[in-house]
Amino acid sequence: MTAAAGTIRSGEGALARAEAFVRRNVSSFAILGLLIAFLVLTRVINPNYGPAGIVNLAIDVLPIAFAAVAQAIVVISGGIDLSVGSMMALGSVTSAVLMKGQGDAVGVGVVFAVLLLGLVVGAINGGLVVLTKVPDIVVTLAMSFVWAGAALLILNTPGGGAAQFLTTILSGPFFLPFLPKALVVLAIIVTLVWIPLKRSSRGLAMYAVGSHPLAAFRSGVAVAPTKIIAYSLAGFFAALGGITLTGIGGVGAPVPGAYTLQSVAAIVLGGVSLAGGRGGVLGPIIAVMVLALVRTDLFFLGVDPNLSTAIQGAILIGVVMFGSLIAMRKVRA
Amino acid sequence: MSGAGAGAAGAAGNARVPRGLASGGLRRIIRDRPLIPLIVLLTLLVVMLEVANPGIVNGNWLATTLRSAIPLAILAACQTLAMLTGGIDLSVGAVASSAAFIMATQSASQGPAVAIIIALIAATAAGIANGIGIGVFKVHPLIMTLGMSLVVLGLTSVYQLAMVQSGTRIPEAILWLGSGISFGFVPNSILVFVPVALMIVVGLRRTGFGRLLFAVGDNPIAARLAGARVWQVHVALYILSAVLAAVAGLLLAGLNNTATVSLVEQQVLPSVAAAVIGGTSIMGGRGGYSGTIVGALILTVVTTLLTVLEMPEAVRQILFGVIIVAVAAAYTRVSGET
Repeated sequence: MTAAAGTIRSGEGALARAEAFVRRNVSSFAILGLLIAFLVLTRVINPNYGPAGIVNLAIDVLPIAFAAVAQAIVVISGGIDLSVGSMMALGSVTSAVLMKGQGDAVGVGVVFAVLLLGLVVGAINGGLVVLTKVPDIVVTLAMSFVWAGAALLILNTPGGGAAQFLTTILSGPFFLPFLPKALVVLAIIVTLVWIPLKRSSRGLAMYAVGSHPLAAFRSGVAVAPTKIIAYSLAGFFAALGGITLTGIGGVGAPVPGAYTLQSVAAIVLGGVSLAGGRGGVLGPIIAVMVLALVRTDLFFLGVDPNLSTAIQGAILIGVVMFGSLIAMRKVRA
Repeated sequence: MSGAGAGAAGAAGNARVPRGLASGGLRRIIRDRPLIPLIVLLTLLVVMLEVANPGIVNGNWLATTLRSAIPLAILAACQTLAMLTGGIDLSVGAVASSAAFIMATQSASQGPAVAIIIALIAATAAGIANGIGIGVFKVHPLIMTLGMSLVVLGLTSVYQLAMVQSGTRIPEAILWLGSGISFGFVPNSILVFVPVALMIVVGLRRTGFGRLLFAVGDNPIAARLAGARVWQVHVALYILSAVLAAVAGLLLAGLNNTATVSLVEQQVLPSVAAAVIGGTSIMGGRGGYSGTIVGALILTVVTTLLTVLEMPEAVRQILFGVIIVAVAAAYTRVSGET
């Protein structure tokens, strides 16, 4: 909104471009507004909420944010990945087992090795979806068993350790007291991977395959490789989520949390259409923070944490209902 | 790019014709009578079990296998019905657990009959919410039921804190039904299962509601244009699904002689697996319940087999996943769906 207001004087072209930018990202702006509203609300509820709270928030949401990015990429490409949580568990235990008692040099190597593992695991998911022609939801549901089982084989109970550097780069503020290092890490990685991809022809191919696979195929898009790449990237980001889980918790967690569900909730709230071909990764990342703030606020308000689970479920349903109501109204109008 | 893609597709199409001719008989059997290969697979697994541990296959084994397969098969009925319409019901775990928990806490003060009725009413409420969300507001079934499972889980946990001093008690009748065995080889839960299974199998084939489920799953727009009230079908379906889930939850409470908030959560993914193995397509419009029953039996026998072979839980999970993908791929291949 401020961007549009600022460019009014600088000519028609810039105005039109700014307007188009806002219109294209309307859901991102809406969710950003929601985030700001919730930050203000949190401050009202708890006047002590400040930089420290924001830093903790960023650290808390980092693994789920990576999960949401993973889910967003697959859903934009017309699939859905129900194995995100299991892949995170696999990434977490693998990094924890390999890093235990090692120095930073080995730790960095382990991070790259686990990211490579994530790419491979994701590529297996994507390959199976393409080869078997079984619906994405069935394949990834089944593979969620496989990767969770593999994580349990590697580490039966929470254990292992995190390299020192990993814990250091994730905790605390960066330069400014209210700028969490975790947020900087997230921004750098997503910028380095997603923006070049989105601007490339491969990124365009993902949106094309997601919105209409047959039309994409007839326009000369290589559908199968595009899907496999999307799933590999999801594996990559899920592995990142797993590594950060290890880094934050200090141990590897073999049992997947509710990350798959939270990632789906975040992308829907963040403006990614479950039908594919629509949305980005910024909206889902902000949505993850909004959902975490809802949890924080409910905690500050003294609401029973169990009830706050129910409220989150209701919010998820409400958001999707609202979205489909708007879509229905558009169809009628 | 386009030429290469079309060429590849053409080559694949050509390659499929001779293979189809060569194994047409087998393909037809798998496509039209999926029960036959499933029963063959089940028999093979039982033989493997007997080989792995001679003497294990006896009357008592039959009873315990059926006893643990029946709740799974009822949960898988929820998935089968939902999948026929192109949906899925991931809230069965939470609904079943909460029904079992409500029954266990209420039976201490209200008596078993009232407690069971209260549990079924609670499940129905969850089913109505699912049905309205999916049928009226067109929320994706996956999201709706996942969200609903969070809501139900949260509310049940709140209820648990409120009821903390009342304690839980599983009524004798439920214990007898869930875990009892008669004549040495018949689990008592079959008294619940046979009517349920008959109702679903016959209902799907012979009643208007059954045909509506297939019609909605096959082509919702065509079903609507043909005069079907699609939203009513969805509401009825998800209510039925929630009630079935509650029944499964009560049986599981009897089987385990306990009721907790997360009693059934572990069975949700296997229930989807049983329906997929049984030949029901998650895209809707194709499948049936008899295959699902065999699917539930197959999963139960695989679990026993892995326990006998002293495989860790992790291997069981991996194998479950591999089986689902392999079976689903086989179905997709023979039915020619893409």
